[in-house]
Amino acid sequence: MPEYSWPPMDKRRVIGKRISRLDGIAKASGRAKYSSDTNLPNMLYGVLLTCPHAHATVKSIDTSAAEKSPGVKAVRVIAPAGTEIQWAGWEVAAVAAETEQQARDAVRKIKVEYEVLPHVVREEKLEEVGTRAKPSGERETGDPDAAFKEADAVSEGHYGIPVLAHCCLEPHGQVIAWDGKKLQYWPSTQNVSGIAADLGRALEFPAAQITVEMDHIGGGFGSKFNADRWGVECAHLSRAAGGRPVKLYLDRATEVTIAGVRPSAFAKIKIAGKKDGTITAWESESWASGGIAGGGLPPIPYVFAAPRTGIPNQRLKHMAVSLNTAPQRAWRAPNNQQACFLTCAAIEDLADKLNMDPLDVYLKNVDKTARPETYASQLKKAAELAEWKKLWRPRKEAKGTLRRGLGIGINTWGGAGHQSTCLTKIHPDGTVEVELGSQDLGSGTRTVIAQVAAETLGLPVDAIKVKIGRNSYPNSGASGGSTTVGGVSSSTRKAAVNALEKLFAVVAPALGVPAEQLEAADGRIQVKGNPAKAMPWKAACQKLGVNSISADGENIPKVAPKEGLNSQGASGVQIADVTVDVETGVVKMNRLIAVQDCGLIINPKLAESQIYGACIMSICGALMEERIMDPTTGRVLNADMEFYKLAGIKDIGEIIVHLDISPEHDQKGVIGLGEPPAVGGIAAIANAVANAIGVRVPMVPLTPNRVLSALQRRMA
Amino acid sequence: MQAFEYASPKTLKEAVALLGTRWGEADVLAGGTDLISLMKDYLHTPKRVVNVKGIKELAGISKTGAGLRIGAIVTVDELLNNSAVRAEYPSLIQAARGIASPQIRNMGTIGGDLCQRPRCWYFRTGNGLLAMKDGKSLVVSGDNRYHAIFSSGPAYFVSASSFGPPLIALGAKVKLTSATGSREVEVAKFFVTPQNESSREIALLPNEILTEILVPSAQGVKNATYEVRHKDALDWPLVTASVALKMKGNTVESAKVVLGHVAPTPYVAAAVERALAGKTINESAAEAAGEAAVENAKPLSENGYKVQLVKVAVKRALLEAVKA
Ligand SMILES: Cc1cc2nc3c(=O)[nH]c(=O)nc-3n(C[C@H](O)[C@H](O)[C@H](O)COP(=O)(O)OP(=O)(O)OC[C@H]3O[C@@H](n4cnc5c(N)ncnc54)[C@H](O)[C@@H]3O)c2cc1C
Repeated sequence: MPEYSWPPMDKRRVIGKRISRLDGIAKASGRAKYSSDTNLPNMLYGVLLTCPHAHATVKSIDTSAAEKSPGVKAVRVIAPAGTEIQWAGWEVAAVAAETEQQARDAVRKIKVEYEVLPHVVREEKLEEVGTRAKPSGERETGDPDAAFKEADAVSEGHYGIPVLAHCCLEPHGQVIAWDGKKLQYWPSTQNVSGIAADLGRALEFPAAQITVEMDHIGGGFGSKFNADRWGVECAHLSRAAGGRPVKLYLDRATEVTIAGVRPSAFAKIKIAGKKDGTITAWESESWASGGIAGGGLPPIPYVFAAPRTGIPNQRLKHMAVSLNTAPQRAWRAPNNQQACFLTCAAIEDLADKLNMDPLDVYLKNVDKTARPETYASQLKKAAELAEWKKLWRPRKEAKGTLRRGLGIGINTWGGAGHQSTCLTKIHPDGTVEVELGSQDLGSGTRTVIAQVAAETLGLPVDAIKVKIGRNSYPNSGASGGSTTVGGVSSSTRKAAVNALEKLFAVVAPALGVPAEQLEAADGRIQVKGNPAKAMPWKAACQKLGVNSISADGENIPKVAPKEGLNSQGASGVQIADVTVDVETGVVKMNRLIAVQDCGLIINPKLAESQIYGACIMSICGALMEERIMDPTTGRVLNADMEFYKLAGIKDIGEIIVHLDISPEHDQKGVIGLGEPPAVGGIAAIANAVANAIGVRVPMVPLTPNRVLSALQRRMA
Repeated sequence: MQAFEYASPKTLKEAVALLGTRWGEADVLAGGTDLISLMKDYLHTPKRVVNVKGIKELAGISKTGAGLRIGAIVTVDELLNNSAVRAEYPSLIQAARGIASPQIRNMGTIGGDLCQRPRCWYFRTGNGLLAMKDGKSLVVSGDNRYHAIFSSGPAYFVSASSFGPPLIALGAKVKLTSATGSREVEVAKFFVTPQNESSREIALLPNEILTEILVPSAQGVKNATYEVRHKDALDWPLVTASVALKMKGNTVESAKVVLGHVAPTPYVAAAVERALAGKTINESAAEAAGEAAVENAKPLSENGYKVQLVKVAVKRALLEAVKA
């Protein structure tokens, strides 16, 4: 068995270095081509007609006027008469025309008669959803009643975190050319290797005849794994138009309305503790919605619920609320933000009841987590960076117009590497190609692959040609669950080691030693322990004659734990520092501190950049983002980027990232980092605001409206 | 967007000749930051679009004997960088700074700002200006967090223009020109509350172009605008207050206090104006003025918080105005 394990920390030349992302300049200068930049000769434009009603039956649909509209080449009925529509934005028909404008004009000529049915689109008030709420699980451990009775303090609260949209800057969509024999597919996807199968299944067309190409994607966050109805219809339009390519991208309103949301979570929570801060009991009645199928129970109580050692007495009851809104999709650490917010908010409210510094309460209870020492040290590190002991004041001391506050959120995540196969080719001219059917979501996957290959082959990063984004390359998993970096780094490492072994075998005779005694370093193949006996990389490759080397490597999740290249289990702590203007209710971010462990870090700069992004998303979620439904029409009121509010640079404040890089964490191998840092920020910010103003704002985002209402309730 | 005929006249005379007598026949295009969105959403479907950015008569900022003349196609950014405006009209500068983003400030014009359509999400999603459905207001029964707190209906949207309140406080007029002549209208009367679906929220007629804004001199007039915004980047104010105080030494001789984003038009807080006369502005007088400003507020189900925001905005605008 070849030796695949990572080189020791002090021997690494490329891994662990702060290399700027390889496609950074191309992206910043606009040269990078996103899938939505695909423009082909002879291309048509597809546009969807969507349903304006939240719940309705299609009575009839007449496309004749659209068919005669100028430029129209194909019209498709998606929801024929009789279809029961369950949310506004449901795809009803589609048109392909010579120009986008012609297609838009044409869909407006499609006449649809609906029978409008009653709808429910808001779930914040459980008492108003009637039979749409269905029991969805109960659980009891220990003796919660006795524990609440014996507690030194009990805190009861109401908490809510709403539905929000993925709001990808590049909307969902694709270009497809399908002539019936082969299908060319340019999607915006997190799933380059797998999406052809999904599309093929819907079209009853062999996936092997579908070629997928994607170089850059403008955001997915968990919403871009499948071909989706618009992908399938785009293919049919192309076929109907004689195989001409069709470009169909959702407009912003449709993107926000149907292309993915994070489910909500609301809860009445009762939590109890002892004078020393020990949490003894938890009781929650929660409800959630992610659309027509309801919404699941987030993993509450979060983190402090390790098997056997977690909060001992618990009673949970959950209701799933079915709404006439488009369905949820995975959203950067599914259900963890919700769980973290509900749990950490309740814990800090309990700390206030106990007259304790919440930091001490968290520290007191780390034994209830799966990683007590890690959390303890991270809490201390984050507190040190935040100057917690100097700046933190109890809620009751809040005063003045501008009030500063601090709060904490805690995260956990898996992040094991997914299935990934890499093919590494070494050519006689010395060039190296590394091929994977993977994708770079902006997280730096390309760069990481290049670093691993360069490290292994003893070459500089720019000697590696990374080829991803084609399903003709070896299969690599979808990018979800923070599984990509572990998967591609391990498969790349193995493929490069395997390729190198083949090269050693060719070169060994010339250097007069057995292949096992060779190593690749500093652009040379050399004898271990005797760098003087060496051959430059190019000269070594010339020995291949006319035959390139190609070798593959695979990360197989089942056996990966034994190999140790990647593993799972990350944890982190976020601390927010805010200032609240109590006359206007406006919250300003001062700082967001993120301490994060994630195993072996291939590129600290990219890792930090992931965390910056996660923090910014948390700020949006804590202060601004929510999907707003109109009760009467059942439509999304803010399906735009004007009232669907996202932070701009001035709203972000300072972000301080501390990566827990240490031999202890490094030896765990690579662990995914995309999601965990996006978990704790909302809780931290909400807690900081409660600390600043002396009262809990029950529901995020913390708009001026909600902050002022909470302050007024306290005064009343 | 519906197909349309496009004209780009070089003179005001040619331009007004291209306008129609009814809305829908022709739309004036300035920076296009609002009109193009309206057209893309099929909310405006003009048969003809008349670009006025090439008309020199509508450009430039100049001092006149009586004050300042601001051409309608002056961009928000141009206004921000004009030394005469900076010297005398902090309330306009403070209002301009809050407008959206550098891109919109570079393209959007002051004429367009005054003539822009409301941002009410019911209007913008195709439910009409008054957003009535089956005889009931969607706003009243729906999500009205950004809507009017001074309105008894039927309109509940808020006037979008950030320049409206300070221009009214400063006593400005707009000049409106049609093929048959020109008229001057006080900005205070330019904004109107529509009573039915076919009327507009401004006094402009379909055959008119707003050509210039005439702002009286603000010598000896302390003025300021205070905006409360949820976020700093690319956002609308939740509430604004513009004040113009004619001073006699340390006391207010006469005051103008105009609120933005609280009613279908900029809202003149007349009670406050009366109460301020003869007063010295300090923390407690400013606070009392804020209280007086909300006397007639009638918040809807979800915008009660704006009442508090008005109090603060008025107080802070007054204190800002008298700041040394
Ligand atoms: C995200 C966002 C945030 C914004 N925030 C703010 C804000 O905080 N405060 C604020 O005030 N504005 C804000 N705006 C609006 C912006 O200021 C206006 O869109 C801009 O001022 C309009 O000017 P324009 O020249 O682009 O007008 P256009 O889009 O060209 O025209 C707008 C309307 O006015 C009419 N019109 C334009 N000029 C004339 C004229 N001379 N005579 C007659 N009719 C005319 C047009 O026919 C059209 O109906 C925001 C806009 C966006 C998109």
